[in-house]
Amino acid sequence: MATLNLTLKIWRQDGPHKAGRIETYDAHGIPDDASFLEMLDIVNERIIEQGGEPVHFDHDCREGICGACSLTINGIPHGPEGAVTTCQLHMRKFNDGDTIWVEPFRAKAFPVLRDLVVDRTAFDRIIQAGGFISVRTGSAQDANNLPIAKDDADASFSAAACIGCGACVAACKNASAMLFVSAKAAHLNLLPQGQPEKTRRVLGMVQQMDAEGFGNCTNQYECEAVCPKEISAGFISKLNRDYALAAAKETLT
Amino acid sequence: MKKSCCCPSVCALWNTSIGKKIIVAVTGILLVGFLIGHASGNLLLFLGQEALNSYAEFLHHMVHGVGIWIARVGILLAFVLHLVATVQLTVANRAARPLEYEKPATVQASRSSRIMIWSGFTILAFVIYHLLHYTVKIQANLANLPPDAEGRFDVYSMVIIGFSSWPATIFYLIAVSLLCSHLSHGIASIFQTLGLRTKRNAGLIQMVGRTLAFLIWAAFVVVPLSVISGLVHLPAAS
Repeated sequence: MATLNLTLKIWRQDGPHKAGRIETYDAHGIPDDASFLEMLDIVNERIIEQGGEPVHFDHDCREGICGACSLTINGIPHGPEGAVTTCQLHMRKFNDGDTIWVEPFRAKAFPVLRDLVVDRTAFDRIIQAGGFISVRTGSAQDANNLPIAKDDADASFSAAACIGCGACVAACKNASAMLFVSAKAAHLNLLPQGQPEKTRRVLGMVQQMDAEGFGNCTNQYECEAVCPKEISAGFISKLNRDYALAAAKETLT
Repeated sequence: MKKSCCCPSVCALWNTSIGKKIIVAVTGILLVGFLIGHASGNLLLFLGQEALNSYAEFLHHMVHGVGIWIARVGILLAFVLHLVATVQLTVANRAARPLEYEKPATVQASRSSRIMIWSGFTILAFVIYHLLHYTVKIQANLANLPPDAEGRFDVYSMVIIGFSSWPATIFYLIAVSLLCSHLSHGIASIFQTLGLRTKRNAGLIQMVGRTLAFLIWAAFVVVPLSVISGLVHLPAAS
């Protein structure tokens, strides 16, 4: 088993209203089959042994499906590999002697709580503003009673793959949440069950997105490039289209 | 709506991120249309004095002289809306990330897309200068230009005299090159913002945007380059 000797530059911040700073840590003897979070676990063990405060970071399932882990690694949310979450990023993707910068997801709408932990409840409030279907649409077997074109089902599913991690916001030059909002709106808007509330959903989610202080999309597609679930920026185009239609409909009715 | 407003639906459009971007896209279409018309008109220089001057005469007299004012007001309105909306959006975008990354990185955003506000401001400065130069004609030898043989305003000679100085030509080339950069991101963005871009046509849209930006650039720069290199010169009579 090969090991790596790394230098970490980690953002430390004692609380939401405290000033943060970058601190340098020596991470020697890191096994290259460790995940990025396991590497931080090793570093934290050593900090605790020396009587220090470990680096706080979000994590949960550690298998790439929950959306809890975050971290901007060398300026790229979820690190340089692409299409993986930080927990699924392995240290073999780095080289011995590398300096790695670890920062929280940065956005006004994602305030830092401590170190690398940010508050992403703005996403929950966007979902509450329309990212749901109000009536019960049946159990699993009822899904098959509604004929849905395969292309639509596939497109809806690829939007529903969004785990809401917030990497799109962190990567966007404007901290825009358009990829998240567009995926969450599209996965319902593409299905027959989502039609009755489509107009209300689109207007409500966009209004909440603006109110949370996210930036505006400038079509640079950084979000798409870092998304661990490879959500397409084509959904942003669809949200723009659905928004224009919803706004027109609301004006005329 | 917080504020009272003459037309609630227009205000709603202006006050949301996507609505404001739709206004940027629609005014962008008008401005691109104007650029295509302007660049094509400029190329009449190569057909000679008669072609260019009669085209200018036509522009000034279409719809009994009202046409040019309708066009001017329309373009000015589109330009101002485009400018105000993009500046407001940019201010909001900067505010959305108060603290920048210590180690920033870019994965795939093009350089053009990242300097849109600066290429835009350069275009604004250039447009003001360009209007003073050729429309208001602050340069004395352009304002007092003698009419051509048909008694029309001599646009042909004005262009050649105007571009005979290096500083004017260099500023023109810089501004038009930044315009090309602006369009290489802007034209494709129109399709995305209006919801017309899909996975299937994304490549085509990007290619069309960049090609059109290049063609507009080429059509604009060929004029001052031909003047300064002596390829096009003043008619023998004047």
